[in-house]
Amino acid sequence: MKFHSENVGDTIAIVRGDGRLNMVSAPALRQVITGLVDAGRSKIVVDLSGIDFMDSSGLGSLIGCLKTTRQAGGDLRIAAPTKQVVMVLQLSNLDRVLKTYDTAEDAFHDET
Amino acid sequence: MRLFLLRLIVVLTAILGVNYIAWRWLFSLNWDAWWIAIPLIIAETYSLIDVLLFGMTMWQARTRLAPPPPAASATADVLITTYDEPIDLVMTTAMAAKAIRFPHKTWILDDGARAEMREAAESAGIGYITRGDEWDGLPRHAKAGNVNNALSMTDGEFILILDADQIPRPEILDNTLGYFTDDKVALVQTPQVFSNVATGDPLGSQAPLFYGPIQQGKDGWNAAFFCGSNAVLRREALMMLGVLGYVDELDRSVTSSLRLASRVVRKARSHPSAAEPAVRAALDEVAAAITDARGQLARKEPFAEVTYALHQRVDRAAESIVAVDLAAMEEDLKEIYALAAPVPGATNLEYQIDLQNTVSALATKELSPFNALEAVQAVLRSIAIDRPDEAQPVMPLATISVTEDMATSMRLHGLGWKSVYHHELLADGLAPEDVGSMLTQRLRWAQGTMQVLLRENPLVQWGMTLPQRLMYFATMWTYLSGYAALVYFAAPIVFLVLGILPVDTNAFDFFVRFVPFILVNQLLFLVAGRGVPTWRGQQYSLALFPVWIKACTTAFQNVVLGTPLGFAVTPKTRQETTGRPWHLIRPQLVVMVLLLLAILIGLVRIFVNGAEPLGTGVNIFWAVFDLIILSVLFRAVSYRGYSARKGRHK
Repeated sequence: MKFHSENVGDTIAIVRGDGRLNMVSAPALRQVITGLVDAGRSKIVVDLSGIDFMDSSGLGSLIGCLKTTRQAGGDLRIAAPTKQVVMVLQLSNLDRVLKTYDTAEDAFHDET
Repeated sequence: MRLFLLRLIVVLTAILGVNYIAWRWLFSLNWDAWWIAIPLIIAETYSLIDVLLFGMTMWQARTRLAPPPPAASATADVLITTYDEPIDLVMTTAMAAKAIRFPHKTWILDDGARAEMREAAESAGIGYITRGDEWDGLPRHAKAGNVNNALSMTDGEFILILDADQIPRPEILDNTLGYFTDDKVALVQTPQVFSNVATGDPLGSQAPLFYGPIQQGKDGWNAAFFCGSNAVLRREALMMLGVLGYVDELDRSVTSSLRLASRVVRKARSHPSAAEPAVRAALDEVAAAITDARGQLARKEPFAEVTYALHQRVDRAAESIVAVDLAAMEEDLKEIYALAAPVPGATNLEYQIDLQNTVSALATKELSPFNALEAVQAVLRSIAIDRPDEAQPVMPLATISVTEDMATSMRLHGLGWKSVYHHELLADGLAPEDVGSMLTQRLRWAQGTMQVLLRENPLVQWGMTLPQRLMYFATMWTYLSGYAALVYFAAPIVFLVLGILPVDTNAFDFFVRFVPFILVNQLLFLVAGRGVPTWRGQQYSLALFPVWIKACTTAFQNVVLGTPLGFAVTPKTRQETTGRPWHLIRPQLVVMVLLLLAILIGLVRIFVNGAEPLGTGVNIFWAVFDLIILSVLFRAVSYRGYSARKGRHK
């Protein structure tokens, strides 16, 4: 699966992908986000509206990216998860860590 | 039919054992010699519980039929862990791994980061993984960290883990992956058998009772253990463990760090310079931010959001203050950073304990407000959402113990995953070849097991069924045997030398209860063992009593007091030694000398002093038995390693 990103303002980027965020595609997501952070964009929104399936490796990559962005002084936020993804977030208790925003544009509303 | 017979023997053992031990407690304790009588009855009770747990293990032992064929779409990574084993040895395993028939990728996980290893791997077309610089200065978590690091760089659905000295056979994946067609199966463990063991197994390397009846028994209760190597794991299950562990850890650390931060701020308010309005305002703001954060967390608002806002508010407040006492500030800062940096080699837990102690210490000091804010920031930074004290926020394999395998499978079972013990030799291993390496290895296993017991006592892991909890507990229980062995050695010596009998009874009452129990007990091992040689194992479980005791005490000191364990990697090549390493078994030699003296004194009593022959005779018998048990160590110390020629005579 391919992820693509869209820049918003000077520091924010929205990352989108379609399909399954699982053990196969998780490394790609990490790569994209690491690249953005290296290029100076440390506030990342992962738009999950196109992700119809996520496994624990996908969750793990979100946590890994949260670490990457926080270390660069930014943050990682998630938006618009589908039903299956909401369920996985709940089962893994990750909804205790990450707040889900309704849309990618909302995610850094407080910052812009 | 065999199972029926086995169950009959288990029931008989239980009845006769309880009968004997109850009689010992209630009617035959020699209270006049309580100092030996009480330890002896406790040791005997320990052994009874040990046998009962063994009986339970055997109750529904499971011999599996061949699994279905693997799903054609299954993907697999073969991970070979190494630290400092010789390149040749690792490459032998790696080439065998590459030749595994089922499609897969092979990786060497080199924790030694050796250039020659990389070259050898790459020229053979084998993947090479080593730790990145994100691990610098952070806890490395030994083998668990090595595998966790590799998990983040590979993507196979299933993971075969191999120690560098376990040479896999080509069919290892074909014969195990099929179990995973059951979606709930997370682990398939196969036996660890060693090919470099001389006739008679002088070092007790083989564990035919464990990799056989015991694992099959545990499998019957869905509690087959992960043993670190020769096992296939489901990535999804491991990652789930990692994610859940991350959230739990976060919950714990954020709560405790906020409490600590409050204390630091409260202390700072009493500092003279806090009278300044600007300083006062900043401290108020930080205190308010912490209070808000705690309230939000109590209302179950997400950690990421709460901590992000908190960081921002605290950072802004800190910037607003002008440092009053520059010199003092620098000194404080130095102290904070020096103490907040992890000690190389310390485990994560040790580091955290250390950090908490540091900040607690700072909190009791009169820090200037600016420095107090720095301390608060240091606390928040170190225990924040991104786990800066760890190279990886998500750690699939458990890191609470030096034996990550047992802790990991226990957690998998706690989440409802299934495990499988597949009883087929699919890898040929190399065992330590000298007594020193063997002792190091046993100590490490025992220490790790006791760490798990102390940190995550299986009896209170409510996610597991009661039988599963007891199966883990049973293995931990066996490692307490060092204390019992000590008492068993002491009892005949005490009688023969001092004439004190810890049992207050006549011979008939004793034997009529004891002999049937011990006979049926041995019968149980015989039937359960199905003819595998168990004598060597029985010898070592008693003869290594100093190792077991050391494991218990060091693990206790480590878990409760935070003392480092002194983790050692088992050497895979023979240690060059000059002469025989008698010093390694000094405690056992002392016991042997005492037993010999006791026997001599006993003989003098019978033949010269005309002592009552039965009691003395029985105790001489026990002392001789103990000596036979311990005699295995002479062979171990004299063992010069394995040579293939000798081995062929088997």
